Amino acid sequence: MGLFILRRVGVMLLTAFCLTFIVFVMTNLYPNLEKLAKSEGNFRMTDIEVATWLSNNGYRSPLDDQLLADLNAGRITQAEASEQVNTGFDPRIFRNYAEWLGVYPGWTRVDRDGNQRGRCILPGSDPAEAPTFCGVLQGHWGWSTVSKAPVTEALGTRMGNTGFLMLCVMLLMIPSALIVGVLAGMREGSALDRTLSTFSITTTATPEYVSGVLFIAIFTSSAVGLKWFKGTATSAMENPNFENFFLPVLTIALYGMGYIARMTRASMAEVMTAQYIRTARLKGVSFGNIVMKHALRNALIAPFTVIMLQFPWLLNGVVIVETLFQYKGVGWELVRAAGNNDIEMLLAISVVSVFVVLVTQLISDIGYVYLNPRISVT
Amino acid sequence: MDPLTWTGGLGPVLNPILTILVPVFAVALVAKIILSFFEPDTGIQTNPDGTIIATGGIWGLSTKLVNWLGLALLLVVLAYVVVGAAMGTGAGIIGGISRQFIPVWIALVLTFVVSINFKRSLGLYGKLFDSMIGMIGFGLVMFWVFTAVFYGAFDMIATHDPLSQVSGMKNKVPGTPLRGAEEGDFQWYLFGGDNLARDIFSRVVAGSTIVIAIAPLATLFAFMVGITLGLPAGYYGGKLDTALSFFANLILAFPVILLFYLLVTPEIVATGLPQFMAVVLFLFPLIFAGVLVHSRYRTQPQKDYIWLAIILVPMFLVYMSVINNPDPTASRITFWPLDFFDVPGGVLVVFVSVVFVNSPTVFRIVRGLTMDIKTRDYVAAAQTRGERPWYIMLWEILPNARGPLIVDFCLRIGYTTILLGTLGFFGLGLPPESPDWGSTINEGRKLLSIYLHPALPPALALLSLVLGLNLLADGLREESLRD
Repeated sequence: MGLFILRRVGVMLLTAFCLTFIVFVMTNLYPNLEKLAKSEGNFRMTDIEVATWLSNNGYRSPLDDQLLADLNAGRITQAEASEQVNTGFDPRIFRNYAEWLGVYPGWTRVDRDGNQRGRCILPGSDPAEAPTFCGVLQGHWGWSTVSKAPVTEALGTRMGNTGFLMLCVMLLMIPSALIVGVLAGMREGSALDRTLSTFSITTTATPEYVSGVLFIAIFTSSAVGLKWFKGTATSAMENPNFENFFLPVLTIALYGMGYIARMTRASMAEVMTAQYIRTARLKGVSFGNIVMKHALRNALIAPFTVIMLQFPWLLNGVVIVETLFQYKGVGWELVRAAGNNDIEMLLAISVVSVFVVLVTQLISDIGYVYLNPRISVT
Repeated sequence: MDPLTWTGGLGPVLNPILTILVPVFAVALVAKIILSFFEPDTGIQTNPDGTIIATGGIWGLSTKLVNWLGLALLLVVLAYVVVGAAMGTGAGIIGGISRQFIPVWIALVLTFVVSINFKRSLGLYGKLFDSMIGMIGFGLVMFWVFTAVFYGAFDMIATHDPLSQVSGMKNKVPGTPLRGAEEGDFQWYLFGGDNLARDIFSRVVAGSTIVIAIAPLATLFAFMVGITLGLPAGYYGGKLDTALSFFANLILAFPVILLFYLLVTPEIVATGLPQFMAVVLFLFPLIFAGVLVHSRYRTQPQKDYIWLAIILVPMFLVYMSVINNPDPTASRITFWPLDFFDVPGGVLVVFVSVVFVNSPTVFRIVRGLTMDIKTRDYVAAAQTRGERPWYIMLWEILPNARGPLIVDFCLRIGYTTILLGTLGFFGLGLPPESPDWGSTINEGRKLLSIYLHPALPPALALLSLVLGLNLLADGLREESLRD
């Protein structure tokens, strides 16, 4: 068991490593960096100014001195100079990734005004006190260019918000999904089963952006006039209550619920055909007792794995719902960071999400073994 | 022109019936469900565990009541559609819509009549018509397929151009007469106008063409990729399996939306990355078809070469045309001279990213099925008579895994539709004025608290298509399990 967990953790680290490297390469493609440079510097930068800005800020290798000198002396035009800038592959990316990981000293340079600048020197801090290495391994997650704050600080509150949202979703989704599934599966083919199955198929067919729009239209708009809830969850970040927080929770929970309910139903229906249930029935045990005491425990093994594997899907729904309801959590931050190419924020978010995905997979595997003694991991 | 009401001339007749029927039906249904909890253990009804219990008395009555009320409700809805189609806009918005959809109704009725008549000789497709759920799902799916075909191929059904803006129609409610309509124009905006004064009805109809054109084909490509990689991973196991599974899990560990943002933004498209991915991903159908034919006719070279040429040459030409685009501003791959058609840049990018997201899941399913099936006796028999591994994989294992794969194919088209909507919802990929459902929902949601009508029709359209695909998959699963 110990070896199994150790191997899984190894795979997890390797996955996180590969994943962050892919994200790193994608966000450091030249057009993305150009967008970043223009939004950080100013939007009317020429190509050569963009390239200078990027090399000054450690994103790309330094420009050719001869080229800059030629340009400043007017020997070549702007257009000629920008043609000579390398916009393709730059080996610097490996060094930058190593710096982000914290296995290579952060870059430092002295700019035109004589100030020392560098990766590890945060704005407004003393260059002399800055550490040599500052990467994930040292606990420095970098600087978010959109929030103008360290990533840990900016992402921390967002994660708190999203964590609370997920918790509420789980509290609503799991019990209702299990109840729906058990009720539908205990008498396969009955009217109750058909109604509940139709309900759960409908919810799996309703993505968050459809159900969210429907809920907002029905319950919050002045056109229908019910106005039971609020159409945004912005106020729920300080003061979550039923009125401003129920709709986002319900929207995410519904989409995930149908799937879990269908799994529970299938598992329950299978258990109900088992021999020992028939024996119990023939011995005269009442239907309620059979369901509650004999069938339920065995029927809940399969849904457990499904619930755990549902987390990655929930993350997806969280992004949509947070955007739709203006709730500032990780998903909202992801959309904002991706839209503005906030490299280190995106890396941090991908690390967080890959750990959520893989840890839940691990829990589901281990839990499955504990719940079902017939299976062993080795 | 007067503004249209929802039901027009039909209203005074049918609306009162509907207002009575709907609550009565709802009450009867709820009563039936609540009653079913207390159903006594007498009489005759077989349980799945082999025991039987009885129905009758008040329980049987409630079932009958619900059935008859449901039938009556169905008839009323049918009356709205049929009489509406006959009366046109005389029957209000519903009539106008029903009239526009007449080609779809005819095609649907024909499909069902023909299919039900010949269902015994149609294999699994025919068995679909034995299950009510499957028929409903099939109907919903075919409704949108026919709509897409009639709009895409013959430019029917839609009342206006989905992109044209008419002044004075901004955010107008459903049924508003068209301002300054000329002779020959359709006189109303059936579902009203959106924020940019475009006809929402026509946009929803046009959106169906985009979804129906991309989603099934992208799913098919994802299946080609998943099958071509999943079969050897499951069959050989070992290091190959470990490596491929690691890559599949790597892609699956990505949050889908982050992946979309990394692949589909204009900056990345400018680097040509999606095109290079298309070069790789679109190669898989060729590999699949080539290996499929070659493994079968390996011992008959004459036949082998003929079949390979017949299948691979056209596929190769299509492949090169798809990845190649002579316009150097939109494309990085411009060298191929025989370019028959150009895929619009946005569509190609969306297509590639959807295939990329879907194929790891397919890979895992195929891998699991292969690992299960390769222990069967007929695989051992094939191995003993000396068949090559690829023959066993493609001609012994794959046909026997078709049941779950067909069911998953239907479900996955639905999931792809949802993904396409997600892309549109975040304004990624397709151009912003594109009438696809996700983009239309995204535009409509901004004014949702004041105007409902721009966002609701595309949302309900997407819901009905995905629901139809899920029901279809359910029906197929039920029928294929019955064998």
